[in-house]
Amino acid sequence: MTANPRTLYEKIWDAHVVERQDDGTSLIYIDRHLVHEVTSPQAFEALRVAGRKVRRPDLTLAVPDHNLPTTARLDSAGKRLPIADAESAQQLAALEANAPAFGIRYIGATDREQGIVHVVGPEQGFSLPGATIVCGDSHTSCHGGLGALAFGIGTSEVEHVLATQTLLLTQSKTMEVRVEGDLGVGITPKDLVLHIIGVIGTAGGTGHVIEFRGKVFEEMSIEGRLTVCNMSIEGGARAGLVAPDDKTIAYLKGRPLAPKGDDWDKAVAWWKSLATDPGAKFDKSVVIQAADVQPTVTWGTSPEDTVAIGGVVPAPESFADASKQDAARKSLDYMGLEPGQRMDEVEVQNVFIGSCTNSRIEDLRAAAAVLKGRKKAAGVKWAIVVPGSGLVKAQAEAEGLDKVFIEAGLEWREPGCSACLGMNPDKVPAGERCASTSNRNFVGRQGPGARTHLVSPAMAAAAAVTGKLTDVRTLV
Amino acid sequence: MKAIKEISGKAYPFGRKNVDTDVVIPAHWLKTISREGLGKGCFETVRKEPGNVFEDEAYKGSPILIAGDNFGCGSSREHAAWALLDMGITAVIAPSYSDIFSGNAFKNGILAVALPQDAIDRLMEVAKTDPITIDLEHQTVTTPFQDRFTFEIDPFRKHCLLNGLDEVGLTMARNTAISSYEDKARDALPFLAKGIAA
Repeated sequence: MTANPRTLYEKIWDAHVVERQDDGTSLIYIDRHLVHEVTSPQAFEALRVAGRKVRRPDLTLAVPDHNLPTTARLDSAGKRLPIADAESAQQLAALEANAPAFGIRYIGATDREQGIVHVVGPEQGFSLPGATIVCGDSHTSCHGGLGALAFGIGTSEVEHVLATQTLLLTQSKTMEVRVEGDLGVGITPKDLVLHIIGVIGTAGGTGHVIEFRGKVFEEMSIEGRLTVCNMSIEGGARAGLVAPDDKTIAYLKGRPLAPKGDDWDKAVAWWKSLATDPGAKFDKSVVIQAADVQPTVTWGTSPEDTVAIGGVVPAPESFADASKQDAARKSLDYMGLEPGQRMDEVEVQNVFIGSCTNSRIEDLRAAAAVLKGRKKAAGVKWAIVVPGSGLVKAQAEAEGLDKVFIEAGLEWREPGCSACLGMNPDKVPAGERCASTSNRNFVGRQGPGARTHLVSPAMAAAAAVTGKLTDVRTLV
Repeated sequence: MKAIKEISGKAYPFGRKNVDTDVVIPAHWLKTISREGLGKGCFETVRKEPGNVFEDEAYKGSPILIAGDNFGCGSSREHAAWALLDMGITAVIAPSYSDIFSGNAFKNGILAVALPQDAIDRLMEVAKTDPITIDLEHQTVTTPFQDRFTFEIDPFRKHCLLNGLDEVGLTMARNTAISSYEDKARDALPFLAKGIAA
């Protein structure tokens, strides 16, 4: 027992304090910085104007993902195809020029390793347990699945990290989400995290860093942990964490940018010391019973608007506070749903399997397992599968998953953020519904007027087959 | 960032209250990769109003903007500060500001001076014909007519503006501490400290 038991978050924080300030803030060292095309151009420009360099280009990795179309990137002769949207093309060209100009490793649009930053980081072994990781994107919380302290930042902070490799931060409060017992058969990490957000609400983690604890997370795959931590931000938390363990170590060993040799041994020893000490106190604690978690879908326009697939659309009057009642009325109006309507009778016209939440190999396997030997329903007009990276794509193709998707009538795309956000050509038409494995069901998120139902990859596949939101357990 | 000691020159006698950042720079200007060039869009809708101060040759190129209460409310877009700077405005004088704009202005080296409404009224009059001088060191706003108004400013922000220190520059000034952390990390956490090649 240490004299002063600390949580995982406190251990990572303490290891990264450069200087404590009198006003309660600390200058924190940043170990890994991921850069994409949307939130970086003005940061690079500011450095250029001020004549400043990137302090540690070797701790920085640039990958385009948000604006890239997911259709073919090369023509039959192997030449780069132009990007139709002029503003997207300009942002992508800016990153392609800025990375080499500042000495930063750049994974380009047509490189095999290209993908969504939050898929590429762990996959390359760039993201590591105990590291501080930032990116100009709120879903940076994803990397917490490896036991890293990872969070999103704005453009001014991107500039600050590029120039100084530090951020001036106030220490967050700690929050434990402890899941007791075992998940039922067919219940996935996505169902669990949607359920958790439904319980704590989108402001439940505000001001806190969440540590996910319990046997469920110990038994969960790394892909599953990344999915859960990815959506910590939807619960209002600054970041989410799962303690690194033997699974984490096995996942990282041999990855291209992971430590090697003597450094690897030292890393493993340190990672094993990071788990929260017995007796460490959390500022807030929430306990969830795993047995309560059902295949979960969203009915509204906030990630906290969750309900079990066997449930019904709630009545706005069922909510205690007036502002939530009002929000629910507006949500139902936007979503075109009636209180009392059964969720498993809601028809969908679109299916999206992808995003930094659910585009890893395990997600694609889960979707393919449901789709194998089945066909997309006639009412589903558009169904796409977008792998999180070129390496995920290659792995899926080696396993023949692409053929399963194509034979079922789904499109097999190039890696990118795709239909998670309306920044590239993949959009859901106004008034239509989409069963989506992404992370946000906000108004207009998947395109103006688009109606999003957040689900797991297996549930998205089930919706593709039946044409409506469906309990995947009835298909297996 | 440029150090600010004194800003002296003509001022736009705008005076409007509750100017939100959508008025300062409309949303369609946000799809950009640069902080520069936004001056063209600055006050785009106001410029279409007859007799507005921004299209009036008498005030073109003024470094100071005089506005009403709650300047810079609404959207948090940093583009509002970038747009003001791009059209040459380095100081705003108003009775009050939104917190976010005030932060964004400071980060980008714009001096946001808060003065009571009666002082604003007087400066609006003077600005029609004569220049105004803001002395940051002594925290005063003066006119050629012996007007002298004093203003309050956070000492930290004053220090930063006087010395041209932006937040990035301030942290860069702590280079010794950062380097010493990196030296320690190379021994203690070599697997994190070692980088990747470009």
